[in-house]
Amino acid sequence: MGGRDTDIVLLDKNGIRSDGRKINETRKVTIKAGVLRNAQGSAYIEFGDNKILVGVYGPRDVHPKHMSDTNTGILRCRYHMSPFSVGERKNPAPSRREVEISKVIQEALLPAVILKKFPRTAVDVYMEVLQADGGTRCAALTGASVALADAGIPMRDLVAGCAAGKAADTLILDVNNEEDQAGQADLPIGYMPNLEKITLLQLDGILNPEEFKKCIEIGIDGCKQVYEIQKKSLQEKYFTGDNN
Amino acid sequence: MADSFILDQLKKSQIIELLKDGKRLDGRSFDESRELSIDVNVIPKAEGSARARLGDTEVVAGVKIQPERPFPDTGDQGMLICTAEILPIAHPNVETGPPQPPVVELARVTDRGIRESHMLDMKQLVLEKDKSVIGIFCDNAVTDHDGNLFDACSYATTAAINSCKIPKFEMKDDQPVKIENEFNEPPITTLPVSVTMGKIGDFIIVDPNLDEWSILDARITITTNSDGNVVALQKGGSDGFTQDELIKCAEISVKVGSKIREIIKKNSSV
Repeated sequence: MGGRDTDIVLLDKNGIRSDGRKINETRKVTIKAGVLRNAQGSAYIEFGDNKILVGVYGPRDVHPKHMSDTNTGILRCRYHMSPFSVGERKNPAPSRREVEISKVIQEALLPAVILKKFPRTAVDVYMEVLQADGGTRCAALTGASVALADAGIPMRDLVAGCAAGKAADTLILDVNNEEDQAGQADLPIGYMPNLEKITLLQLDGILNPEEFKKCIEIGIDGCKQVYEIQKKSLQEKYFTGDNN
Repeated sequence: MADSFILDQLKKSQIIELLKDGKRLDGRSFDESRELSIDVNVIPKAEGSARARLGDTEVVAGVKIQPERPFPDTGDQGMLICTAEILPIAHPNVETGPPQPPVVELARVTDRGIRESHMLDMKQLVLEKDKSVIGIFCDNAVTDHDGNLFDACSYATTAAINSCKIPKFEMKDDQPVKIENEFNEPPITTLPVSVTMGKIGDFIIVDPNLDEWSILDARITITTNSDGNVVALQKGGSDGFTQDELIKCAEISVKVGSKIREIIKKNSSV
C-alpha cells in the first residue's frame, strides 16, 4: 500500500510485529464447520480479529434462469461486509471493492469444485464479514472452501488463503489491517496444497523480482498452515466432534 | 455467448493444435504482444488524453483535473481516480446499464496499477492541506474490443497521465481559483505498464487477442514500474498457476513491459 505515515511501530528491533507476532507467523485461525441450520454447508472462521460466516446453498435451481448452463452447474459467490464490521459504518450496498472480491474468490474456488454432475444448477456461496481486520478475502476464501466441503460438493482440493507482504522493509506472513494500511505491499494468495496450484493472487504495493519470489514462497507456506486447520475443522465435525 | 459456442469450440481446438506446434493463430510468438500505437492529446478539451491501439483493441483515455476536497485521512495528498467502461460500440455483446463484475474488475485493476506504482507524487498535488487538493480523474473508454482490455487501458492511462498538463490554481477566500492558461508539468515518478498473460492448458501466451481470450483457462495481469519492480498483480479465470509459472510470468512481464514502456515514453513525452 501507500506506506502511509503512521506512529505505529510495525516491526520492533527484536523482529516482533505490532500485534506481537514474529515475521513468519500467521494470526490465530479457528474454523468451525457446520454452524448454520438451513444452509447445505457452512463455516465460521476467525482469522485473527476477522470474523466471517459462510453459508453454501445448492446445487439448486438457478434464478434468473438464463444464467443456468446445460453443461455444468455454476458457482456464484457473494462477499459482503456488514455495516458494523469496520471502524466507520460501511454502507450496506455492495461496493465496487466487494464486487471485485466476490469475483476473484469465485475464480479461486472454481478450479477446486466439480460441478459437471449438476447441470442447470447453481451453488451459491455467501460470505458475510461480521468483523474485518485486514486479509478478509483470504479468510473468506478459506471459510468458503470448508463450507463447500461441508455441503458435500465434490472437490479436487480445499483452497486455503493467506497473504504475504512487506512492512518496515521486511517480508512478512499474514498481513493484518495496520500492516496493510501502513505497510509497503500486500500479496493475498489462494492455494490448493495438494494440486500445488495458486488460484487467487493479487498484489498492492511494490516488490522487486527477488522479493516477489520470496513473498510467494512465504505466502504458500502460510496457506499450508491454514490448510491443516481447514482439514481439522472438517475432521472435528465428521469424525471426532460431538455430532458423532 | 450461446450463439458462438460451436465456433468457440472449433477455434479452441485449432488454437490448441497450433500452440502445441509453438504457434499462435495470428502468427505471433508466445511472448510477443500485438503492435501498440499511442497517440496523445487526441481530446484537446481534456487536460490529458491518449488513444491506445493494441492490435485491434482500442481505448481512449481522458484526464480531467479539478480541485477537490481531500479524503479526511489523506489531506496531504492529491486525489487520483481511474475508471474504465466498455462502450456498446466496442462489441456486439456489450450491454448498457450498471457495470457487471468484469467491468468493475477492469476499472479497479487499471486504477490499482497506476495508484500502487506511485506514478504521480501525490504530495505535490496539494493546494491547501486538508482543505483543497488537485484531483486527477482518468476515464478510459473502450471503443473496440479485440481482447486484453487490461493492458490497453493501462497503456492509455499511463500515456494520458504522462502527457497531461495540470492547471494552476490559487486559493482566494479559502476557495481554489483556476489561473487561466497557466499549467504545471505532472509530477511523474515512474511509468507503470501492465502485461497480461493468458494460460491455455500448460501454455502461457502474452497479450491474448479476443479469440484466445474467449478460451483462456486463467489469466494474470502484472504491472511493473520503470525500475522493473512488480507493483500490482491480478489473477483471473477458472484455473490456477503453479509457483514456477508465476515466476516465469513475472520475468516475462518485466521484459515485455520494458519494450512497451519505451513506446509509451516515446509517444507521450512532451
